[in-house]
Amino acid sequence: MIDVQNLTKTYGPRLAIDNLTFHANKGEILGFLGPNGAGKTTTMRILTGYMPPTSGTARIAGYDVVDDSLEVRKRVGYLPETVPLYPDMTVIDYLIFMGKLRRTPNVEDRAWEVLERVGMAERAGSFIGSLSKGMRQRVGLAQAIIHKPEVLILDEPTIGLDPTQVVEVRELVKEIGKEHTVILSTHILAEAQQLCDRVLIINQGKIVAEDTPQALQLRLQGGRRIIVEVRGDKIDALEKRLSGLPGVRGVGTISQGRLEILVEENEELRPLIARTVLENGYDLLEMRLAEMSLEDIFLQLVGEESETEQEQEESPAESEAPSNTPADEADEKASEEG
Amino acid sequence: MRNIWIITKREYARYFTSPAAYLVAFLYLLVLGIIFYANVAASAMNAFMRPYAPGIDIIINPITTLLVFITPALTMHLLAAEQRNGTLELLLTAPIRDWELIIGKWLGSFLFVTTLTLITLVYPVTLNFLVKPGIDWGPVISGYLGLILMGAAFTALGTAISAMFNNQIAAFVASLAFFLLLWIIGFPAHGLGGSEIWQYLDFSNHFYNTLAVGIIDTRDIIYYLSVTAFGIFAGSIIVETRRWR
Repeated sequence: MIDVQNLTKTYGPRLAIDNLTFHANKGEILGFLGPNGAGKTTTMRILTGYMPPTSGTARIAGYDVVDDSLEVRKRVGYLPETVPLYPDMTVIDYLIFMGKLRRTPNVEDRAWEVLERVGMAERAGSFIGSLSKGMRQRVGLAQAIIHKPEVLILDEPTIGLDPTQVVEVRELVKEIGKEHTVILSTHILAEAQQLCDRVLIINQGKIVAEDTPQALQLRLQGGRRIIVEVRGDKIDALEKRLSGLPGVRGVGTISQGRLEILVEENEELRPLIARTVLENGYDLLEMRLAEMSLEDIFLQLVGEESETEQEQEESPAESEAPSNTPADEADEKASEEG
Repeated sequence: MRNIWIITKREYARYFTSPAAYLVAFLYLLVLGIIFYANVAASAMNAFMRPYAPGIDIIINPITTLLVFITPALTMHLLAAEQRNGTLELLLTAPIRDWELIIGKWLGSFLFVTTLTLITLVYPVTLNFLVKPGIDWGPVISGYLGLILMGAAFTALGTAISAMFNNQIAAFVASLAFFLLLWIIGFPAHGLGGSEIWQYLDFSNHFYNTLAVGIIDTRDIIYYLSVTAFGIFAGSIIVETRRWR
């Protein structure tokens, strides 16, 4: 459905994207993950026919984005990062206008249909200027799907929304993804993990990894980590003892009394560790299994850990704590509501 | 054609929902009304001393001046606001060509300016009742043809200039400056060698002595049509080059 070969774009001397090659299959949700300025928006703009690449080709449904730009644009629905709306229009007028521009048959019926779909039908007569950010985002989504595009390109669809709205928009994207090919950019890792079938991690214009979220986790994990918090004197001694246990690959200190133990993948070492701690006269305050999150993987790949090792070791541990990111909170809220 | 018409309808309708456009239209008609009243009143008071009937020039000449000032205000938002809003991204990723977008935008503003110009026909009709034996309709027809052509040229240039800016005020000032330049450019060239080109570019040379007094000359019509075409062409090129940045 989407086939991108050696795509490169420069803005003057600055290289925005560098030799990107990837593809997306029909009905797939592909995530672009990367820090701000990584080249996600540029890639999307090229795919939508907004700007031509400096070199390389991109094809959507067999049409080249430069040579057959109009054919591509007919087949693509696009929601840019700043939702493009006319504040002086009513929601329904706006959708009809966009629908007509995209040659939607039975445009009025279809406009109402997508409004129902995004849950905005009761605000059809409101001026867009009076809508909240979440509602605007939904109108933006409605605009992107009104002509039943084969490919939907969403640039940071949940940015700036409150947690409930984030959940709503994600649900919507998931549903839409059942029938459309979706490309979605985000810098929220939980979102990519939750929504995407496949993730491209982009940094400084290059693809640094491409796989399913699960496979990425597995590939980079290579072992499990157990976090323990203990109380007692001479923790160094305990550290040595623990690292002597069979199946333990290494022990590191996160902070005073908190240790990170790397163990072999398929051995259950927690009972042994617990016993070792207690038998040596320490108090065991906490023990848990830490899986590597996409966040850790991301940081590994992007290669920022080299700066201060101490800090980086701490951040994965913290990212495991429940509900520490707005996205996680949103997820929890969703499950409560659900 | 269909794409152009969708844009045009939206653009034309927007003038009727925009308070700024109403304000511009109101000021335009108000100023014109005051000038008309003052001229008619002056000739009525002088009727005993020096009887003459005011001609159609008391309507057409002020409209020309007013067009120079109101057209920038009516075209400044056309593309500048879309860029500021981010909606240009939407239009440029919709399946329409850049020139269709520009023509649609231009046509919307041109139709609105033409609407305003046609409303001013109430003054020639009023004048016809006031003077005996009525006015000469020849210059009215040629004059209004000239005003409509001038409106087309101005809105086309205004559309192109609006495409260059993200800021409506900048687009307004640039358009106004450009129109004023076109208005007077032939004047400093008077009496200098090689001045024909500047004289030709000056739109006042294609109006006050020809269309405004009842002379329909194809050279003048071609002048306005070529300026219009130039504006549309330039606007399309400007939008196109924006993609490459």
